[in-house]
Amino acid sequence: MKVVLEHLTKIFPSRNKKDKNAEVIAVNDFNLEIPDGKLIGLLGPSGCGKSTTLFMISGLQAPTGGKIYFGDDDVTKLAPENRGIGLVFQNYALYPHMTVQQNILFPLQNLKGENRLSKEEMLNRANEVAKLVQIDEYMNRKPSELSGGQQQRVAIARALVKMPRVLLLDEPLSNLDARLRLQTREEIRRIQRDTGITTIFVTHDQEEAMSISDFIVVMKLGVIMQTGKPQWVYDDPANLFVAKFLGAPPINMFTGKVQDGVLYLGEEGVLEVPGVEDQEVFVGIRPEGFISNPEGRLSCKVTGIDVMGRDISVVSKHENSINPLVRSIISADEIKNVSGEIARFDLKPHKVFLFHKDTEARIHFGDQIAAHEEMVAAMAAEGQGYVVHEGPLPREQDDKEKENRASEQPKGPFAKLKSRLGKKNKPAAAEAPAAPEASAEAPAEKAEDAPVPEERDGETK
Amino acid sequence: MRMSDEFTLKISGTPKPEGESVYLGNAAMAGEHPSSASAPVYLGKTPEGAEPVAEPSPAVLASAAEMPEEEAPVAEPAAAEAVYSAAETEGGAPEGAPDKKKKEKTPLSKMEKKILWKDRFNRYKAWLYLLPALVILAVFTVWPIINTLRIAFLENYSGLASIGGETFAVGFRNFENVVHFPSFLTCLGNTMLLTVITVPISTMLALLIAVGLNSIKFLRRIFQTIFFLPYVTNAIAIGMVFMAMFNMIMVSPTVPPHSYGLINTIIRAFGGKEINWVNAGSSYWANMAVLIIYIVWNALPFKILVLLGGLQSVNKQYYEAARVDGASRFRIFWRITVPLLSPMIAYVVITGFIGGFKEYTSIVGIFGETMGPAGADGRLNTMVGLIYDSLEDDFMGMASAASLILFLIIFAVTMVNLYVSKKKVHY
Repeated sequence: MKVVLEHLTKIFPSRNKKDKNAEVIAVNDFNLEIPDGKLIGLLGPSGCGKSTTLFMISGLQAPTGGKIYFGDDDVTKLAPENRGIGLVFQNYALYPHMTVQQNILFPLQNLKGENRLSKEEMLNRANEVAKLVQIDEYMNRKPSELSGGQQQRVAIARALVKMPRVLLLDEPLSNLDARLRLQTREEIRRIQRDTGITTIFVTHDQEEAMSISDFIVVMKLGVIMQTGKPQWVYDDPANLFVAKFLGAPPINMFTGKVQDGVLYLGEEGVLEVPGVEDQEVFVGIRPEGFISNPEGRLSCKVTGIDVMGRDISVVSKHENSINPLVRSIISADEIKNVSGEIARFDLKPHKVFLFHKDTEARIHFGDQIAAHEEMVAAMAAEGQGYVVHEGPLPREQDDKEKENRASEQPKGPFAKLKSRLGKKNKPAAAEAPAAPEASAEAPAEKAEDAPVPEERDGETK
Repeated sequence: MRMSDEFTLKISGTPKPEGESVYLGNAAMAGEHPSSASAPVYLGKTPEGAEPVAEPSPAVLASAAEMPEEEAPVAEPAAAEAVYSAAETEGGAPEGAPDKKKKEKTPLSKMEKKILWKDRFNRYKAWLYLLPALVILAVFTVWPIINTLRIAFLENYSGLASIGGETFAVGFRNFENVVHFPSFLTCLGNTMLLTVITVPISTMLALLIAVGLNSIKFLRRIFQTIFFLPYVTNAIAIGMVFMAMFNMIMVSPTVPPHSYGLINTIIRAFGGKEINWVNAGSSYWANMAVLIIYIVWNALPFKILVLLGGLQSVNKQYYEAARVDGASRFRIFWRITVPLLSPMIAYVVITGFIGGFKEYTSIVGIFGETMGPAGADGRLNTMVGLIYDSLEDDFMGMASAASLILFLIIFAVTMVNLYVSKKKVHY
C-alpha cells in the first residue's frame, strides 16, 4: 500500500491560549510519498516530530492541516481502527493481564460483521503470525514473563495479525539492549520482507535506520531535510545538518574558504574544488576521507592514536576545526606515516563536503556534481522523488530563541539544568563565529513562533 | 589488637556490598574504627582521595557494638592520623554536618563510645519511633481484643465493676445464648442481605461513575465534589434527611395521609401511588429499599475515590493500542479497564464486605434506635445492633460472644474474597 503525505502539519497549541508564541509546530508542511512494500525509516533527533508524524498516520493524533492517503483512499479523517494499520509502541503496550495468545487474538476478536473470523480461523491466524515472529513457544505466557526482545516480537505479532495495510513502528528498538537491538532489527527486516507490508519506523539512531531501511527520511524540527537510500544520503548529504547527523564517528567540521578553485583550511590549500566560486564555507570531512601521506597537504597536531584492529583512528587538533578534535580513520598499515606531532593527510574528494556559510546548503564541486545528478536520476527511477529542504534551515532561529529564553527565564526549578542541557545540545557550528547577521535578523519575527525543542519532545509523546 | 583474624579477613576479602551499609553518610567515622586500621578500607585510594571508597562490613560494626567499651582496642595512631588528615583536607564537606566534624576531632576513646552508642541507637531507633503508636494500640486495641476473648467465656461480667467468674467456667454457653437469641436469625439475615445486595451495586455504580469522571473534563471538579459529599457528612444527619425525604405523615392507617416527603411527592407528580417507605405499617421490603439506597449512596464516595485513583494510574497507551486494534468502547471497558483495575476493585469489594457486615448507623439514622419502623421494633436489626442490645442489657458475655461470631463471619468471607481475587485479579 502506497502511503502519501501531503502538506501534513501538526501544531500543538500552547497551554495558555492567549500566548500564541508558545505554540509548537511539531510537523511543518510534510510531503512524502512512500512506495508500496518498502521499509521507511523516519530519522531525526528527539523532538523533530517523527513520532508525531507516525501518530498522525496511525490516526491517534489528528493533523492540523494536510492530507494522508493510503493508496488512493483519503484516510485523513478516518478513525485508527478503520485505517487498517498495525502500530507497535515504543514500550510495546502489551496488555499485561492477557497471555501472549490473548494479546495476539485481541485485534481479531474486535472484528465485526463480515470480517469476523471463526474461532478456529482466529487461532490459526494467531499461530501463523506467532511462528512468523518466532514466539509460538511462549503463547501461554504473560508479557511480564518474557524478555524485552520477545515482548517486542509479540507486539509486532499483535500489529501484524489483522493483516494491516501499513505497519507503523515507534522507536521499536530503543528499549532493548545493544545485542538484542542488532538481532531484533534483522528480525524486523526479515518480517517486513516476508510480509511485504509497507512499514514506517521511527528512530533517532542513525545506525539503526541506515542498516534496515529501504529509504530514510531525515527530519529536523518538523521539516524533512533529505530523503533517499541510506547510502545515498550518507554519501551525498543535502546540507550541514544531514552531514552531521549521519555517520559514526561523526563527520569532522571545519571552517574554510575557497579561493581560485582551491579549498583552504587556514593557510593550507588542501583540495582542488573546481566549479566553486570564491567564498567562505563550512567543510565536512568524513573520518574515512583522510589519506595518510607524509607529504600531504593538510597538517594536524596529533593528540592520540586509537588502534581499532583493522583500522586506526588518529585523533588530532586543527585550528580551523569546529569540533575540539579531528578524528581520521586510516588503515592500520599506514600507521608508519603518522609519527611525531604533526600528521599529514591528503583528502578523498568524494568524502569532502562543502556547505554554504549562510544557508548551510551543500555546494557540489568537481565529480560530485555528476554523482549527485546520477543519484537524483536513480531516485526518480525508484519512484521516489528527491525531497530536500530548501531555503534557510530552522536551526539558527532556534538557537537564538533558545538563548533568548534562557536569558529571559533564569528562574524556575530546573532552570540551571535546562540551560546546561541547552548548551550541550547546541550544534557546534553555532558556536563558531559565523552566525550570519543578515539572515538572523530577517526571520526575527518568525523566530518568535519557533518552538523550543525540549518542550516539543514532551508534547509529541 | 583484640580483633580476631576472621574479621580482618572478612573486610579485606569482601567486595563492598553497597546495599548493606549500616553507616550511610558516616563513612568517615566508620573509617576511624580500629578494625579498619588493619584492613584496607580505602580501596586503593590515598588519604588525599578523601572519599572512603568502602565501608566496613556490617559484621565488623556489629562486633564493635558488642565489645565492652572499656576494652575497646586503641587504634594504630598512624592509620588514625591518616584518616584525620583525610577528613580535614575534605574542604568541600557539606555544611550540613558540622557536628560530624566535631566528633572527628574528639579523642578516639570518646569516638569509640559514640560509635557504639550510635550503632545501638540505629538498631533500635525504629522501635523508639514506633513506641507512642504501640502504646496506644496496646491499650486501646490489643487489650480490648484479648479481653473480648476472655469475656466471651465469662458469666455475669459487668463492664464497670469488672465482676466476673472464672474464665471458661461457662464454656460456650454465651455463644449458645447468642445463637438461640430470638432475634439472632433476623439480625444475621438482615446483615447478610444488606451486604450481599449493596456491595455489588455500589461497586458497579462506583466503577461506572469513576470511568465517567475520568473521561470528562468539563464540570469534572464539580461532579467530583458532589459525589464525594456523603463522605464528609455525618451518617446520623444523612439518615434523618433520608427519613424526612421518604416520610409520609399519617394519622391512622384508615385515613389518607396528609403530608408527603420528597420521594412520595415525586412519585405522585408522575402519577404513581405513594408508598409507605418508613412509617408505621410499612412493608419490610420498602424499609429494605430505603436502606439499600442509603447504604449504596453512602458507600460510593470512597469507592469512586479509590477507583478513580486506579484509573488515573493506568498507562494511556493501553487505550491507544486498543483503539488501534479496533476495540469498541464496551470491549475496552470490559477487556482492558476492568482487568487493569482489578486490584482496586478487589480492594473495594473486600473493604465493602467488611463494612457491610458492620452496618448499624444507617439503620439508627433512618429508623432510630428501635431498629425498625413504629410497630415493628427490631425488624431491621443487624449483628452490630445485636451486640449493642446485649451490651445495654448488661450481657457482656453475650455481646463478646456475638462480636466473635461476627468476627468469624467477616474473617471467613474475607478469606473467600481473597481466594477468589487471587484467581481473578491481575496484579
